[in-house]
Amino acid sequence: MFNQLFPNVDWVKMWEATYDTLYMTVISTGVTFVLGLVIGIVLFLTSPHQIWANKIVNFLTGSLVNIFRSIPFIILIILLIPFTKYLLGTIRGVNAALPALIIGSAPFYARMVLIALREIDKGVIEAARSMGAKTSTIIWKVLIPESFPALLSGITVTAVTLVGYTAMAGIIGAGGLGNLAYLEGFQRSREDVTILATIFILIIVFILQWIGDAITAKTDKR
Amino acid sequence: MIELKDISKIYRTKNGEITAVNDVNLSINKGEIFGIIGYSGAGKSTMIRLLNGLEKPSSGTVEVNGQKISSISGTQLRQARQKISMIFQHFNLLWSRTVADNIAFPLEIAGVPKAERAKRVKELIDLVGLSGRENAYPSQLSGGQKQRVGIARALANNPEVLLCDEATSALDPETTDAILELLLDINKRLGLTIVLITHEMHVIRKICRRVAVMEAGRVVETGDVLQVFQNPQAEITKNFVMQVSGTKESKESIEQILVNYPTGKIVKLTFIGNKTEQPVISQIIKDFDVEVNIVHGNITQTTSGPYGTLIVQIDGKPNQVEEAFKLLATREIQAEVIDHV
Repeated sequence: MFNQLFPNVDWVKMWEATYDTLYMTVISTGVTFVLGLVIGIVLFLTSPHQIWANKIVNFLTGSLVNIFRSIPFIILIILLIPFTKYLLGTIRGVNAALPALIIGSAPFYARMVLIALREIDKGVIEAARSMGAKTSTIIWKVLIPESFPALLSGITVTAVTLVGYTAMAGIIGAGGLGNLAYLEGFQRSREDVTILATIFILIIVFILQWIGDAITAKTDKR
Repeated sequence: MIELKDISKIYRTKNGEITAVNDVNLSINKGEIFGIIGYSGAGKSTMIRLLNGLEKPSSGTVEVNGQKISSISGTQLRQARQKISMIFQHFNLLWSRTVADNIAFPLEIAGVPKAERAKRVKELIDLVGLSGRENAYPSQLSGGQKQRVGIARALANNPEVLLCDEATSALDPETTDAILELLLDINKRLGLTIVLITHEMHVIRKICRRVAVMEAGRVVETGDVLQVFQNPQAEITKNFVMQVSGTKESKESIEQILVNYPTGKIVKLTFIGNKTEQPVISQIIKDFDVEVNIVHGNITQTTSGPYGTLIVQIDGKPNQVEEAFKLLATREIQAEVIDHV
């Protein structure tokens, strides 16, 4: 039945493209989580009245985040071509998409981290300080665990955005479902391929959202 | 134990300077429960945070437990803080941790090994009466239970000083009393010094030995709680004493009495300590030809003994009333004639 509905679909290519999309999404989400968390924590701790309160560092980090967050992703990919080429020696393939995916989404996630950290009760940080906690203890044992559900729902949103970004990256040659839908579907007028690729992307997004929501609910003890 | 010398704290804001604490000198003895009372904005929050270095004074020195808190920093200050713990109005527990893990937090900070931590947590949970709740999360606890966790957490590293930042202000009256009992019990059992700030005179009279009254950044009055109750000097102190002696409510009944009984005298008697147990009133009635009409009475328990006020109308022949007064004076009871409200 599938073959009647989707006569032009090459299943080997379809699965390969799905794997590529998943690969790009998972790796870039992982790196974005770590990078965004670091930047977000720096933004938080250097803001006024915090432990590392520092106007200059806060301003510079904040500006950098805002600049990269404002550049449309499709333009960012093009701007980063020389950088990617220097880093990986090529601009084709799934790995070549990673720098742009990460640089595009880490500042976005850093903002979400900042919002999550601001939601933490100031009194809890004060309590930890009153117990003689070091800053590293406050980061690992107060800031991250206390904002964890918000950090998780933030990374879920980011991961979903990243699935979309991989499709855009696909169009300029990164591979994945976006690439397949464009080259095999759109350019060859095979609508069934485009539709199936879209369905696959939707399924990936739903699964990501479902996993994110489930873990968030489980860790939220408020 | 705790010595504040010439302390001032000035905050610089966009709208100019704000003096939160103004030239305060204070000394608190080892093992006592010391209360600082004031309305919000009086500077008591800043005061208590000077004691563990969460705030640094603009001038003056803070010495706690032999260490100059106002001048140490880094590791030295962090180690000192492990012996000066604090409980808070809004408890400030980590919602992501269970009761047991919250209490273990300061032990983790102090680097206590895991097995020892578990043992100590168990002791503390028993001490504050939370057995059976160790695996609950803060969100599953009542306010009083949360404060018990706060207290257990504060006691984890065997502190020398416990700072209480409006620790009962978010609790209902019954829970407040239970928490105050617990603090009193801990003070007796462990001999640790407790400094608390509050805006409720009830808290002061219930557990404090000495009190400092703050207004606009200054300490306007200090002394033994009983003495302050008996003989408040500053206007603000009189207001605070009225909170618990109930004399505010009695104003109306006195007015009524003054109208109904234009003759005789309305007298406010103040009894301190064991004098509250003497049958003075019946003696006056027996010995002199006077009528005594009780308008208002109140006894307040403090840690140094009871303190009572009694408002009565004494009527009779002027010379008899005079004689009755003389008797009261020999009993060292303060008698004050009220002829207007």
